[in-house]
Amino acid sequence: MFPPISLEILVLALGFILLLAESFSNSTNKRGLAHIAIFCLGWIFAISFFTASAPATLAPGSYWNFYSGDGVSLVFKRIALLTTIAVLVLALDYESTLAKLLPSAHKGAGTGEFYILPLFTCTGLMLMASAVDLVMAFAALELVTISFYVLVAYARRSHASLEAGVKYLILGALSTGFIVYGITWIFGLTGETHFTKVAEKLAHLRGDDTAILFAFLLVLVGLGFKVAAVPFQSWVPDVYEGAPTPVTAFLSVGSKAASFLLFLRVLEPFLGVESILPKVLQVLAIVAGATLIFGNLAALPQNSLKRLLAYSSIGHAGYLLTAIACIGAGGSLLLGVGTTVGYYLFAYMLMTLLAFAVLTLVSVNSKGEEIQHFNGLSKRSPFLAFAMVVAMSSLAGVPLTAGFYGKFLVFAQIIQAHQWGLLALGVITVGAGFYYYFRVVAAMYWHDPLETTPITVAPLSKITISLLIASIFYFGINPNPVLSALRTSAPSVAAAAH
Amino acid sequence: MLTTLLLIPIVTAAALFLGFGNRTWAKGSALLQLALTLALWFRYNQAKAGYQFVFETNPLFPGVDLRYSVGVDGLSLVMLLLTALVTVTAVWFLPNLEKRANLFDGSVLLISAGATGAFLAKDLFFFYAFHELALVPTFLLIGLWGTGERQAAAWKITIYLGVGSIVLLAGLVDLLMALPVSSRTFDLQALQQLGAAHMIPAAAQIRPWFLLTIGFGILISLFPFHSWAAPAYASAPTPVAMLHSGVLKKFGLYGMVRLVLPFLPDAFHQPVWGSYTAQDLLLVALLGNILYVGLVTISQRKLDFMIGYSSVMHMGYIFLGLASLNLAGLSGACLLMFAHGLSVAALFAVSGTIRDHEGSLRFDRLGGASKSVPFLGICFAMAAFASIGLPGFANFASETMVFFGGFSPGATSFQKTATILALWGVVISAVYMLRAYKAVFLGQPTATSAKWTDLAGSARFALALLPLTLLLGGVFPRYFLGYLKPTLEAALR
Repeated sequence: MFPPISLEILVLALGFILLLAESFSNSTNKRGLAHIAIFCLGWIFAISFFTASAPATLAPGSYWNFYSGDGVSLVFKRIALLTTIAVLVLALDYESTLAKLLPSAHKGAGTGEFYILPLFTCTGLMLMASAVDLVMAFAALELVTISFYVLVAYARRSHASLEAGVKYLILGALSTGFIVYGITWIFGLTGETHFTKVAEKLAHLRGDDTAILFAFLLVLVGLGFKVAAVPFQSWVPDVYEGAPTPVTAFLSVGSKAASFLLFLRVLEPFLGVESILPKVLQVLAIVAGATLIFGNLAALPQNSLKRLLAYSSIGHAGYLLTAIACIGAGGSLLLGVGTTVGYYLFAYMLMTLLAFAVLTLVSVNSKGEEIQHFNGLSKRSPFLAFAMVVAMSSLAGVPLTAGFYGKFLVFAQIIQAHQWGLLALGVITVGAGFYYYFRVVAAMYWHDPLETTPITVAPLSKITISLLIASIFYFGINPNPVLSALRTSAPSVAAAAH
Repeated sequence: MLTTLLLIPIVTAAALFLGFGNRTWAKGSALLQLALTLALWFRYNQAKAGYQFVFETNPLFPGVDLRYSVGVDGLSLVMLLLTALVTVTAVWFLPNLEKRANLFDGSVLLISAGATGAFLAKDLFFFYAFHELALVPTFLLIGLWGTGERQAAAWKITIYLGVGSIVLLAGLVDLLMALPVSSRTFDLQALQQLGAAHMIPAAAQIRPWFLLTIGFGILISLFPFHSWAAPAYASAPTPVAMLHSGVLKKFGLYGMVRLVLPFLPDAFHQPVWGSYTAQDLLLVALLGNILYVGLVTISQRKLDFMIGYSSVMHMGYIFLGLASLNLAGLSGACLLMFAHGLSVAALFAVSGTIRDHEGSLRFDRLGGASKSVPFLGICFAMAAFASIGLPGFANFASETMVFFGGFSPGATSFQKTATILALWGVVISAVYMLRAYKAVFLGQPTATSAKWTDLAGSARFALALLPLTLLLGGVFPRYFLGYLKPTLEAALR
């Protein structure tokens, strides 16, 4: 059995080796790098099943007390690895478009780092999943964010990409400031940075409610940017639209999953403070409701599929926040909030990656990312059209797809917590979701294509897409593997979930 | 055995999507489905009642009794028989398409699979899931191959049913929450026993009752949630209209019988608005179906819209039977679910064929068709008379029981008044059905209708299947009621 940290070390080492290899290779064809990375990540994913779960200990002299290799973090590490693999596959499909947007003398030059930077992001995501110390969490978050600054603005000759890069940089830096300030407040209040110790100290602080609430709000604002919660969502549509499509997929899946886990872990100490608990839950419920309604309603009139997916990503953040806002209810019908959020993110990963995989292929072959470019896709490529139907049905929450169990669990949480306002919003937004997701289905099947050239799908992409479809159906019928993995050993998140 | 029944249409549909096979496969699949359903029908042991042919897997959720499990009792068998019969007829009325015929045929089979899965599921989750699975193919088919305002109709049905389903989901979860923690389960059989034990206090029944009744109500097109139904059925391609109005819509009623009646019987008598009880509210809504939608039906100028609205109207009778809360009314309601499914499917089959001939279904453009297409005329007449409630057809037997249920000794005065008003619905049905028959089949043949060609060969058998089963049900209602009775008695206990 390997220790959990070996996964991060392996990915990091892979990244450095490939960077070296890239700078010394003469070849202008960098595709080999991506293939090596995908192959190695596949092995690392396999290794993740042979790692012993090792929760952080607070024993004196224990060096690793800032790093928790518990079962939940392992699930999120696997999510990060799978996402990175899929993103690299997408990046290969996207190469021809990317090459045009780079100021390079010959085709293919300068694309190397595009395949290697995601490895560093992946390391950051995996460390974030394991962080149980504020400093560690912050360092991991910055590793993710900084590699994204580069990736978002990678297509240097595209104005949209540069604009997205600047927006992401400025707002990302701002949110980082909030998080650091929040961490400072927490440290100032408790003198600790480890989550468990912070929780202990906070629970025994008396008379400092305002200070605790302020610290909570600062962290909420900072992480609200990362998970795209309203009112901190304004960067999402522009950045998603401008960034190269594989990067958008990475942002909306990897970054969101790790940020949500971190959010749950940071939230936990505050939930232990009984005097401010009602206020914390109220703030969460308001943010959740606003995110739910804004994301889903703003998605309705979108004509660009990338923007639509951006708003839908906000909408899904709304469902996740809604589940978190219901954290206060005692007893559990099905499963705790932590498991709900974990499963939802897993399902969200599958369906969002599938949607982006199809989007990448269609945009490369159609010179556009509008919904109208999907017109008649069922004639150009029945396979891709079917894949998109599966992705959209799952995002909309049609049963027997992975996405449905996620919604089911969230609604169970809402009803359990008697949050009737959120339930009403949930019903409205699911209805809205049916409309905007099925618009894509309607375009693919009802309308005639703008171009008639058939789309060819590379074997590697075909395998990836088929696997994603199969997983969506499999986990839509039997979610047990993921749920058990999330439930078995979840010391910190399960504690937040009761 | 039951899983095989479910897999037949799914596997055939998958093969068709992948480009294998042709229309013969779809027909074969439907016949196989019917044969297997009949085998179940005759092998079902009536003496033992309860769920039989049960198959279940391990729990799919850690620590939660939710599993893939299938099983049939008398009520689900009747619904499965309805599904299989309508599927056979629907498959024979698939349109001739030049392109992408496999996509059409496969999607139709998927709708049938969704209904089959919902009726044979023994687990609450899969019961819900299979029904909603049919939403996607319905959306595709109506939008792609429908007529008239097809895309608007497709949107309307999808969003209405999507929202209805989510309200229903909330209701289901709320119902489970109302049970004590230790007895929460998704198993319908276990739930049936829990229902008999009256575990939910009367005051706590109201909220789940409303959520479930509105959720199911939207799916069944209960007044005032009915506006999606008629346009969708009018625009839908013939097989889709047949399967949806005939079979899939019965899912909601089936759910009312399975869940609302056994678990929340006291909610019916709870006052919700002044001294009016929830039952009174339901009665007002169903009178909306029978009288208001009935009048709307009379004023229709096109055959497909008329049949669509008539199907909405007849949901009122079924609800009347449910609201009576006694065995007579409930048996009538369940038999009427079966009978209505067959008659409305037959009507849509005939109207679809006429639309293929004529291109329009406006009454003022049609006439005298019984000369050129006597077989269609006879089938239409039988289905229309059945729909009105003429003695000899299953609809008559069941409507009679529904009305008896409304006048049972325990009925409130409001209920009796509602039943008397509902009786007028029969007159309304007679008016629009007979007028439709006259407008289409009697009178002087129009220039085009004289050239129509009648159904030939196997299509005749496929269509005749429906009215003949209706006759069988009308002459021997007791035979079908024997299957229904144990389930319904358990539901009312």
